[in-house]
Amino acid sequence: MDVKAYIASGILELYVAGTLTELENREVYEAMQEHAEIREEVERIEQAVRQLTASVSPTNTSAYEDRIKQTVLGEDSMDETPVVPFPPQKRNWLAYSGWAAALVLGAGLFYLQQENQDLKSDIQTTEIENSYLEQQIEQANKSLDASRALVEILRDKNIGTTNLAGQTAAPEAYAKVYWNQEAQTVYIDAQGLPEPPPGKVYQVWSLKLNPLTPTSLGLLDDFAGDENKIFALTNANASEAFGITLEPAGGSESPTLEQLYTLGVVKS
Amino acid sequence: MTEKLLIRQLKARDAKAFEYLYRNYSESLQGVIFSVIRDKEVTKEVLQDVFLKIWNSIESHDSGKGRLFTWMLRIARNTSIDVLRSKDFGNQKKNLSDNFFVDILETNDRIDAKIDAQRMKTYVDKLKDKCQQLIDLLYFKGFTQKEASETLDIPVGTVKTRNRSCLSKLRELIPESYGR
Repeated sequence: MDVKAYIASGILELYVAGTLTELENREVYEAMQEHAEIREEVERIEQAVRQLTASVSPTNTSAYEDRIKQTVLGEDSMDETPVVPFPPQKRNWLAYSGWAAALVLGAGLFYLQQENQDLKSDIQTTEIENSYLEQQIEQANKSLDASRALVEILRDKNIGTTNLAGQTAAPEAYAKVYWNQEAQTVYIDAQGLPEPPPGKVYQVWSLKLNPLTPTSLGLLDDFAGDENKIFALTNANASEAFGITLEPAGGSESPTLEQLYTLGVVKS
Repeated sequence: MTEKLLIRQLKARDAKAFEYLYRNYSESLQGVIFSVIRDKEVTKEVLQDVFLKIWNSIESHDSGKGRLFTWMLRIARNTSIDVLRSKDFGNQKKNLSDNFFVDILETNDRIDAKIDAQRMKTYVDKLKDKCQQLIDLLYFKGFTQKEASETLDIPVGTVKTRNRSCLSKLRELIPESYGR
């Protein structure tokens, strides 16, 4: 390489100016490594440019060397500068604790809200249970009243009791008839009768025995739905016996004797 | 200190190397910043920014791609232009090409151990106008060879040779003792 011609070409001045291509820069760099003369020339050019540019510098940079040094070096050499500014960390701590407090408060509010909701739903459940219990109590009271009324009726001194025994059609069946002649009312206790098959109904008969004359007292309607299986019917007859037959729905004019379930004679 | 050693120490985060860098290059970088900004106080702020950038991005400097000084000049120039564009300088806002370094040099009355502005002015005055213009474009404004050739209406090859002769003349004019 003709070092002098290379230097005289002006490429080194442009190298310092930074206007060469990447390839040219690489080339100059390698030439500098090989030839001390070229490296020294580059350094002298650089010095001239440095002096020229510095000559327009308006203030002495020594005046703020310490400040800039501290700012720049302070960034990554905390241990070298004993005066470490704590305020930012303090602020951070405050911020963190603030967030933490907000989180705790938020969690607390959420918990209380949940609790409140749970309690509300508990109250609702309790209210439902209460109304259910009230209903039961009411029903029990009603049923108690009914039982008391029933007991009252059966204890009446005017009441007579007739046991109806099971007949051929239903040997296991039985029934009781409580008859208040004064009130002209009979109470049929049908607890001992089987549930009638669909489309069938029990019919109660008042009987005169000589000659055998049946008179219908009525039907045991809604047999399955009646809880205590006690049915009240009107009876103005001078009955000598009572019978219960199974009849087609709606009842019959005269009893179907083949379907006579129970029969009992009134004690005189 | 050789540039190679300086760069190695800077990359090793050596505080002494930074001090060396500041003492040898801060006036030059500030000169370039001021030639763009034209405000003494803002120039100081920008100088700090420039040193922060240099310190924080020294790892990205590649000696094969150019001189450390050249790299730093580019950072100073680009940072200054960014600041000039982002800040509202109001009436002080000037076209970049108006800030001719010779005019700035003329109004600079600094005389201290490092800088004697009026003495430098006498050297620069001895250069031809076309030399002053070319130096201004290439070293203060960071123009490319092509941009300089278009601005001055001269062939690209002439930029290279003329710049060589202009800077050689300046180097002859600046005595060894200046700024040492």
